[in-house]
Amino acid sequence: MAMTRHADAVAPVRSAGPVSTWVTRHASTAVGSLGRLVRQPFASFMIILVIAVTLALPASMNLVVKNARLVSGSWENALDFSVFLKQQVSLSEAEALGRLIGQRADIESVVLVSADDALAEFKRQSGFAEALDQLPDNPLPHTLIVRPSAGNTSASLILLQEEIGNLPESDYVQVDTDWVQRFHAILDIVRQAVSIGAALLGVAIVVIIGNTIRLDIENRREEIEVTKLIGATNAFVRRPFLWTGFWYGLLGGFMALALVQYGLFMLRGPVAKLSGLYQSNVAIVSLDLADGAIIIGIGVFLGLFASWFTAARHMRRIEPR
Amino acid sequence: MIRLENVTKRYPGGQEALSGLDLSVDKGEMVFVTGHSGAGKSTLLRLIALIERPTGGQVIVDNQNTRRVKRRKIPAYRRQIGMVFQDHKLLYDRPVFDNVALPLIIAGVRRRDAARRVRAALDQVSLLHKEKQSPETLSAGEQQRVGIARAIVTRPKLLIADEPTGNLDPDLSLEVMRIFRRFNEVGVTLMIASHDISLIDKLGCRRIELEEGRLQQEVDPWL
Repeated sequence: MAMTRHADAVAPVRSAGPVSTWVTRHASTAVGSLGRLVRQPFASFMIILVIAVTLALPASMNLVVKNARLVSGSWENALDFSVFLKQQVSLSEAEALGRLIGQRADIESVVLVSADDALAEFKRQSGFAEALDQLPDNPLPHTLIVRPSAGNTSASLILLQEEIGNLPESDYVQVDTDWVQRFHAILDIVRQAVSIGAALLGVAIVVIIGNTIRLDIENRREEIEVTKLIGATNAFVRRPFLWTGFWYGLLGGFMALALVQYGLFMLRGPVAKLSGLYQSNVAIVSLDLADGAIIIGIGVFLGLFASWFTAARHMRRIEPR
Repeated sequence: MIRLENVTKRYPGGQEALSGLDLSVDKGEMVFVTGHSGAGKSTLLRLIALIERPTGGQVIVDNQNTRRVKRRKIPAYRRQIGMVFQDHKLLYDRPVFDNVALPLIIAGVRRRDAARRVRAALDQVSLLHKEKQSPETLSAGEQQRVGIARAIVTRPKLLIADEPTGNLDPDLSLEVMRIFRRFNEVGVTLMIASHDISLIDKLGCRRIELEEGRLQQEVDPWL
C-alpha cells in the first residue's frame, strides 16, 4: 500500500486537457461561489434584493410608458373631429353634405348636430337656459361630427381634416388630437427620463456589487495571499469573485422579474375597474420573454462587469508578503 | 539547482539584507541556511520564491535566471517550487484534504488524479487519517506536516522552507527534519532556513551561515 502511494507521489503531475480543465475549474468555482452565498443567506438576500429593486424600477417605469403609448396610440387614429359649418348653410344642405362625406372610405361615420339640437344641449348642460332664451336667434351653427375610419395614419388624418376644412360650407374644423400629441411629447420626455434614470441605477448596481465584492476580497485577503504564494495566477484568484458577481446579477435579475410581475398582478384589479368605466378593453401589456431576458441579461452583465472591475483592481494589489 | 551571483538586496530606507552574496546549491543537495534573525535568511528564500527581486546580482534557479521571469510568469515559476513556512500558511476554512489539494487544483490536475496524489502526500507525512479534519483541530506539528504535504504534492524538484521547526519542540522538529531527509533521498533539492544548529548537526548536512547579509562560513560535514 505504502509503496503504491509512494509511486503515485513520484509520478509527474499530469494535467487534464486545456478545455476540459477550463470547464471543470469554472464549474467547481461556480458551485463554490454559489455555496458561499447560500451559507450567508441573509446578507446575500439583502444584496440581491437591492439589485432586484434597482433593476425593477426602470423596468416597471418602462412598462408604464409602453402601456401609456399603446393606449394613447389607439386613441389618436380613431379620434372624432368637429366641423362647424357656416351660418348660412341650411339644415338640408348640412344633411346632404353629411351624407356626401360619410361615403368616403377614410371616414367611418358622420353625425349631424343641428343648430337647434346644439342649443338645446348647451342649455341643458350649461344651466344658462334662461339667459339663452333671451337671445333673438340661435348663434350656433350646424355641426358635423366626423369619425375617421381606423385605417388612417396620423398623416392622412391631417390631410383629411384640411380637405374637409377647405370645403366651401365649412367654417372651422376643431381637431381634438392636440392634447394627444402633447401627451405623446410628454411620454417621450418620460421615456428619456426613464433611460437616464436606468443608466444611473445601473451605475448604482455596479457600485453595490463592486463594494460587496471588495469587502469579500478584503475578508479573504489571507487566502488570496497564500494561494498566490503557491503559484495561483491572478485569473485563478479572481475567478470565484467573478462568479459571485454573476450570481448576484442573475439572482437579482430573476427577483426583479418577480417584483415587476407581482406589481402587475396587484394592478390588475384597478385597471379592470378603469377599463370598465371607459367601457373599453384596456388590458395591461406585461413583460414578454424578450423583456425578461433583457432584464436578466442586464443584471448578469452588470454583476460580471462590477466584479471583474473590482477584482482586477484589488487582485493586483494583494501580493504575498 | 540554485546559484546566487553577487546578490544584493537593499530595502527602501537603505538597510541591506544581502550584500554581494555568492552561493550555489547542487541538484539533490539538502542545505541549511543559518544565522541570527536579520542575517538575511528569509530574504534569501524570498528572492528564490520571487516574492522579492534582488537589487543587484543574479539568482539562478534550475537554470532559469529569475531576473528574466516576468511578473505574469511568476505563478508558473512558483508552481515548480515547494514552499514551507514557519506559520504553515494553511487555509482554516477548509479541511486538510482541500489544503493539500490546492496546488493541484491551481495546476488544473483532474479531480481523480488529484485525490490520489493528495492521499499519497498525506501518507508521507503520516496524516492520512486526518484528511477530513479542519487544520484548526490539529497540533502545531501536525499543521506543519500538512504544510509540507501541500508543498510536495506537486512533486517539485526544489523545496524551500523558512524556519519550518520554529514553533515546534525538539522531538517534533526532528520528525519534520526526518520527513525532509526522506524527500532528499528521492532526489528533491532542499534549502531550509533554521537557527537550530544542534538539530542540523545531527542531520549532517551542509550549512551556510549568513551574517549581516554576507556569507560567514560554510560547514560541510563531508569535507
